[in-house]
Amino acid sequence: MENTAANTSGNPNASATPLVQMKDISISFGGIHAVEKASCELYPGEVVGLLGHNGAGKSTLIKILSGAYTRDSGTIYVDGEEATITNPRHAKEYGIETIYQTLALADNVDAAANLYLGRELLTRWGTLDDAAMEAETRKVMNRLNPNFTRFKDPVKQLSGGQRQSVAIARAIHFNARILIMDEPTAALGPQETEQVGQLIHQLKDDGIGIFLISHDIHDVFDLADRVVVMKNGAVVGEASTKDVTKDEVLGMIILGKCPAGATRGPGALDD
Amino acid sequence: MSEEKTEYKESAMVRFLRATEVDTRLLGMIGALVLIWLGFHFYGHFVNGYGAFLTPRNLWNLSVQTSSIAVMATGMVLVIVTRHIDLSVGSLLGFTAMIMGVTQVWVLPQFLGLGHPMIWVITVIVGVLFGTMIGAFQGFLIAYLSIPAFIVTLGGLLIWRGASYLVARGETIAPVDQTFSLIGGGPYGTIGATGSWILGGVVCAGILFMLYNGRKQRLRFGFPTRPMWAECLIGGVGMFVVLGAVMVMNAYPWPKGIVKRYAASNNIEIPEGGLFISHGFAIPILVAIAVGIAMTFLATRTRFGRYVFAIGGNPEAAELAGINTKKMTMLIFALMGGLTGIAAVIASARLKSATLALGQFDELYVIAAAVIGGTSFAGGIGTIYGAILGALVMQSLQSGMVLIGFDAAIQQMVVGGVLVLAVFLDNLYRRNSA
Ligand SMILES: Nc1ncnc2c1ncn2[C@@H]1O[C@H](COP(=O)(O)OP(=O)(O)OP(=O)(O)O)[C@@H](O)[C@H]1O
Ligand SMILES: [Mg+2]
Repeated sequence: MENTAANTSGNPNASATPLVQMKDISISFGGIHAVEKASCELYPGEVVGLLGHNGAGKSTLIKILSGAYTRDSGTIYVDGEEATITNPRHAKEYGIETIYQTLALADNVDAAANLYLGRELLTRWGTLDDAAMEAETRKVMNRLNPNFTRFKDPVKQLSGGQRQSVAIARAIHFNARILIMDEPTAALGPQETEQVGQLIHQLKDDGIGIFLISHDIHDVFDLADRVVVMKNGAVVGEASTKDVTKDEVLGMIILGKCPAGATRGPGALDD
Repeated sequence: MSEEKTEYKESAMVRFLRATEVDTRLLGMIGALVLIWLGFHFYGHFVNGYGAFLTPRNLWNLSVQTSSIAVMATGMVLVIVTRHIDLSVGSLLGFTAMIMGVTQVWVLPQFLGLGHPMIWVITVIVGVLFGTMIGAFQGFLIAYLSIPAFIVTLGGLLIWRGASYLVARGETIAPVDQTFSLIGGGPYGTIGATGSWILGGVVCAGILFMLYNGRKQRLRFGFPTRPMWAECLIGGVGMFVVLGAVMVMNAYPWPKGIVKRYAASNNIEIPEGGLFISHGFAIPILVAIAVGIAMTFLATRTRFGRYVFAIGGNPEAAELAGINTKKMTMLIFALMGGLTGIAAVIASARLKSATLALGQFDELYVIAAAVIGGTSFAGGIGTIYGAILGALVMQSLQSGMVLIGFDAAIQQMVVGGVLVLAVFLDNLYRRNSA
């Protein structure tokens, strides 16, 4: 049952094992069922757009994958094998990198310190190699956002877009295999957004699987191979972007209706 | 103050600050310290007819009195940077001192004999370990059981003070081991004139090496460096301060009685004009300096320090970056406890005894030192050198007021007022420079 979606999606890697498969994931906070029995998978070199209105449960679902939350029930498979992910360190060990919606930057330290947070470069004496980290950071940032020059300032003093660039740089710098981008372009200008689009193509070509999250369909429709739509914590359905129109996806997001070209999820409404 | 806003017409001062990369708040603190020192000196000079503050004797005493607070303040910086607080340090100091008192006065002499050379070593190890363990325990409650640090350490404030009463039923434990007491200073607990010059030389060499190494590192990656004159100026001022401190410490002679006893026991003829034997740096200052250097290294050059500041800046981000924030919290409190143990060694050695009141109100001085030194309760901001300077400011105020004859009630009020004023000024400074 779980592979039918992949087979009908027209994915070139349909026969391969998914990089990540999340199955029947549920979590609730107090009485709120933030995510209920959500399932989805991600293949190598694939961009999956995770869509849904505000509060649909998108961020919560991917935070379970990135280890920020521990699920109440459900299973996560990485490369077809069951994975234990109960904290962010585990997720990183599986090559899962995340750009959080809140960016998750330590505001009081500079770009290099944020980029290498938790994975600092050390000198042979075991001390921080700040010079090397700054040099590497300059290289990465140059590729992402050539206008970025404020390497010495605490990131608190940067603009929203500059901060977002730092968060993106951090996620792509450590050879991620699975990249989670939660509204990565929310604060970016058109030029920088374009750059992130190009970056996503490039990463895709390298065989990296990407979850691209947004509440706005226009951000993701052109970049995504597939979309998964959530509503009120449950998956409405999923579809290859070839098989559905933007309007149909919009219908899934707003009304929870599953069109003909999509595979129904447990959250789909009957019409 | 704000370098960004005045960029279009840079004054000489701004250019100077940029070239030297000196932080303005450090300058501000040094300025405040100089004002306090001159203020007390000239108040004494004009009102009491004798300016006693800027004398070698007073400055030497000041340095000794500052040591124990300074040692704890370096740890308090890390605690406050991670958005916690430790109210228990004063009581923990008293309790640890009591445990060390019992160890070296009641227990160890029974096994090793009175005055055994290992007594002080074992005592110090016991004290530091003990402080570390209690700190770790409090940290455990804070990190893993999620009890707020304020509550845990407020409990600690009462519990450890009570416990130190129980240890000796309120008795004062004395006298401490002879060698142990040297750690508290006193005429014999100093390194003398020659030793002080050697130390000064080593520190100067260290300053030069750090400047050289920093420059080399920056050149290696092609980063902008300070202009040569700025490097020279920083090195020059640094060495001037170090050698100046050596001269002041060496200018304070042993008291006559001690010189007489020393001369008698060493068969030295006392010449006509009397024998001038310098104190030089006291051992507690050396301990404080060593702790300051080690803590600065820890805070700025190691992963541990980087994590401390990251947690303070954004605890959630630190956790998401894979930092084990619970373990870090426990370690930080353990470190605070260990430093309190070291401070307890200094304080009880200086007093040559362990008393029930030892360390009372120290938590307030330690927190004040950290805060005056620029540590922010909002988290993520603070420096070790700032806290040490803050400790010096607090102690200068305290002993300055004693010197000019303010009574205890006024002293308390001034110290309290200064603390509030310092935080207010700090807020102003941050608003203008951020
Ligand atoms: N830590 C939490 N504690 C309590 N409730 C939470 C928590 N995190 C999320 N929720 C709730 O779970 C639901 C899903 O939130 P989530 O952040 O996943 O939405 P989202 O789809 O990412 O929305 P947006 O587009 O606004 O980012 C919301 O109702 C939210 O209030
Ligand atoms: Mg979200």
